[in-house]
Amino acid sequence: MNIQEMILTLQKHWSNHGCILMQAYDVEKGAGTMSPYTFLRAIGPEPWNVAYVEPSRRPADGRYGENPNRLYQHHQFQVIMKPSPDNIQEMYLDSLKALGIDPLEHDIRFVEDNWENPSLGCAGLGWEVWLDGMEITQFTYFQQVGGMECKPVSVEITYGIERLASYIQEKENVFDLEWTEGFTVRDIFYQPEFEHSKYTFETSDVDMLFHLFSTYEKEAKRQMEEGLVHPAYDYVLKCSHTFNLLDAKGAISVTERTAYLGRMRSMARQIAKTFYEEREKLGFPMLKEKGEAEHE
Amino acid sequence: MNKRDLLLEIGLEEMPARFVTESMTQLGSKVEEFLNEQKVSYGQVKLYSTPRRLAVLVQDVAEAQEDIEEEVKGPAKKIALQEDGEWSKAAIGFTRGQGMTVEDIYFKEINGVEYVHVNKFVRGKQVADLLPALRDIVVGLHFGKNMRWANNDLRYIRPIKWLVALFGGEVIPFEITNVETGKTTHGHRFLGEETVIDSPAAYEAQLEEQFVIADPAKRKDMIRSQLSQLEKEQSWTIPVDEDLLEEVNNLVEYPTVLFGSFNESFLELPAEVLITSMKEHQRYFPVKDQSGKLLPFFVTVRNGNSRSIDQVAKGNEKVLQARLADADFFYKEDQSKDIDFFLSKLQAIVYHEKIGTLSEKVGRIRRLSAELGDLTGASDEAKEKADRAAEICKFDLVTQMVYEFPELQGIMGEKYALQKGEDREVAAAVNEHYEPRHAEDGAPDTLTGAVVSLADKLDTIVSCFAVDIIPTGSQDPYALRRQAAGIVLILQERKWNIALEDVLQTAISVVKKDNVGVKSEETLLEELVSFFKLRIKHSLQERGVRYDLIDAVIEGRVGAVPSLFAKADVLMARKEEVGFKETTEALSRVINIAKKAEEPASIDEQLFENEEEKELYQAFLRVQEGLQGTDKVKEQFDLLGSLQQPIEQYFEHTMVMAEDASVRKNRLSQMSELASLILSFADFNKLLVK
Repeated sequence: MNIQEMILTLQKHWSNHGCILMQAYDVEKGAGTMSPYTFLRAIGPEPWNVAYVEPSRRPADGRYGENPNRLYQHHQFQVIMKPSPDNIQEMYLDSLKALGIDPLEHDIRFVEDNWENPSLGCAGLGWEVWLDGMEITQFTYFQQVGGMECKPVSVEITYGIERLASYIQEKENVFDLEWTEGFTVRDIFYQPEFEHSKYTFETSDVDMLFHLFSTYEKEAKRQMEEGLVHPAYDYVLKCSHTFNLLDAKGAISVTERTAYLGRMRSMARQIAKTFYEEREKLGFPMLKEKGEAEHE
Repeated sequence: MNKRDLLLEIGLEEMPARFVTESMTQLGSKVEEFLNEQKVSYGQVKLYSTPRRLAVLVQDVAEAQEDIEEEVKGPAKKIALQEDGEWSKAAIGFTRGQGMTVEDIYFKEINGVEYVHVNKFVRGKQVADLLPALRDIVVGLHFGKNMRWANNDLRYIRPIKWLVALFGGEVIPFEITNVETGKTTHGHRFLGEETVIDSPAAYEAQLEEQFVIADPAKRKDMIRSQLSQLEKEQSWTIPVDEDLLEEVNNLVEYPTVLFGSFNESFLELPAEVLITSMKEHQRYFPVKDQSGKLLPFFVTVRNGNSRSIDQVAKGNEKVLQARLADADFFYKEDQSKDIDFFLSKLQAIVYHEKIGTLSEKVGRIRRLSAELGDLTGASDEAKEKADRAAEICKFDLVTQMVYEFPELQGIMGEKYALQKGEDREVAAAVNEHYEPRHAEDGAPDTLTGAVVSLADKLDTIVSCFAVDIIPTGSQDPYALRRQAAGIVLILQERKWNIALEDVLQTAISVVKKDNVGVKSEETLLEELVSFFKLRIKHSLQERGVRYDLIDAVIEGRVGAVPSLFAKADVLMARKEEVGFKETTEALSRVINIAKKAEEPASIDEQLFENEEEKELYQAFLRVQEGLQGTDKVKEQFDLLGSLQQPIEQYFEHTMVMAEDASVRKNRLSQMSELASLILSFADFNKLLVK
């Protein structure tokens, strides 16, 4: 099964389970969790079920397209369901079956893994899912997002697409994976991998990046004052990516690192709180709609 | 009495392996506690656990509580009976309160006063009516880490999926997070099916049919026997790490052992790297040949049967291959750099924001190692080695390998140091300076390792105390207690007779020179000495020293740790001997009376009035000289013991508190000097002698 078919299969599977199929969010980010479709929507009482593919940028993992396992940008298939359904593990295992992974032919296990993202004030408990010893999915019950307790709790399922594909397609090198018939990951992504790696480690302008960070930070705060959660959050994401670029270049010392993470965390917390208040002012409309629907 | 078996099973989404066994034990003891409290008799208790369930089976549980017959005391007779001979309100009220009538009253005398009594009989309740309270036990289990899920407020180890609660064939009704108790349990996630338990006794066998080995000991035995079968078939040795086996056992419901291989060229990596990759990251058992050499194979335990086992092996091989390729890459990267490159990176690593960088810490370890070399009288060559070892002791923390495998700190340092041509002992010290790493670990083997280990630990403890990171209760994030115990162990094993107070003062001066914290040196020393005293007490307790002996030797100045331990040992050995009591009493008497000396002055022999005074003084001088002349603690104790007779004679013939002021003062001064001599060994006053 090629990557395109995998994505289509997962989309169909989760769509059948009531998830809204979204597209990737158009600001750079390090993980699907950072998308506002996850970060913001996990906050508050309104139900929320979505699935989307998220291209995730990890500048420090850039390897000029030379390493068979590491990528500057990889793809995550992200599922969020709030409140977490009682049979979520079974739904997930069914998705593996849909991908052609028969649990009776493999060794599938749920191994404890607690997840934390200090720069966004997020924490959750759950597992990494092992397929014959390989971690293919992060499975997390969010306990806290943006420093706020989650009530109800969302469950987040993050498939590492390339990881899973390399197993399904039995390929040693990520660049040999078939994206769709006639096209490999190498065809599509080798050049950007090489160029982004070169940019990250060699040609990026550190002064400009530091400058951008503070500009983005200022703008995020200014939009917060205006009560505009989404624009403000976009700028926090930009801060985060800029920080990752600086970090990958080794431009940030350990002490500064803590300080930068602290700055982003405090903005994320503020945004989370404001988002909740804004939704509350609107009377948590998605909660209401659902209630009305049940009424009819 | 009729009896039934009781079964309680909590079905869960996969629990973290590390909590399974403890949670199972907890469930069992809480259920037993409940039955005992409720006075319900029961037979054998069997405990079960897998990643997805905790269960307890209690055999032969009585159907009714035990009946209780008890004598209850009421008001005194004179209050119970009115003058007219009728029962008072108090008496009537009392009997009613006990569910009885005045007809049941009899009198009984207690300490010469007659009281109303009744024999109360309480019939035991039906146990089936009590058992829904098991819900509180299920909800009340404590886990290391809890979570919430969906809309529930309950914090629990993982979401509850099903509950089986049976008393005989009957369901015990209760509900938690919308899950109701029933008879249906679940088999293996993939191989088994749901199954209805009609009788608790059939639980284990029915689950086994569904590919769940619910008894963890049985599961472990299965793994062990499959491992040894594999050893036989392949002529391998598979060393079983018990912690790993325990973890693996709690990751599976139905174990099947399988093996795979990896590229032979990876055997060039250090064995520790291979083992860590296999054990820590993949929970694999490494494989060795008969001579103990690693082989390019690994063993893992699948949660399932042997179907498509080759495919499972192949998948695992792929994962390990990728991990080892990574490790190989890091290893080669690290080897391409020299030690100075890594040392310069330490400047950018903050050890603690209030304490400074790792580079600064290393500077202090070096200075402290030099000072300790002087204190212990080390040779110039030894000091040189210690200095180099101190300088490079942290370099491997910034290697890629240790970044990926933090548990290899020190181990990689030693390997790389050897490869870079460092002296053998210096390289060993890079690893050893972390020792003792845990409570059962020994002190460093080499002198260099011991010096640097001492310096590193002292610096950590003193710096932390300087910025008020002081362990309280269960809070000890920097493991300062363990490190203090390590210092005590090293001083003891090396038999370094340097006073702990001097060692601490040296460390304080070094730390204060770096301007760590704002506390005064005096305050720091005081805090540190009392912290260490507690650690020493603890070490002596572990050694089996009686607590009053510990109190006696730890009172006052700590001094040199080895002699403190030796004193405790001597007291332990002598305490049962004839004459120990008399010696202790004599020495204690001096200590006690010396407390009355307000301003002790030097002793004036001219003021002695009797022979006993003179003799005691001679004995004192002899013992004082003797004590200076020996560092053998046994001899010291015997010398002090030789004071017993002169002391007894002295008190028999001498009034210390004499009328004449100058004589009195002289005698108190003599007592005072003698007392400090005795106290320099131990405070005999603290000893409990019969």
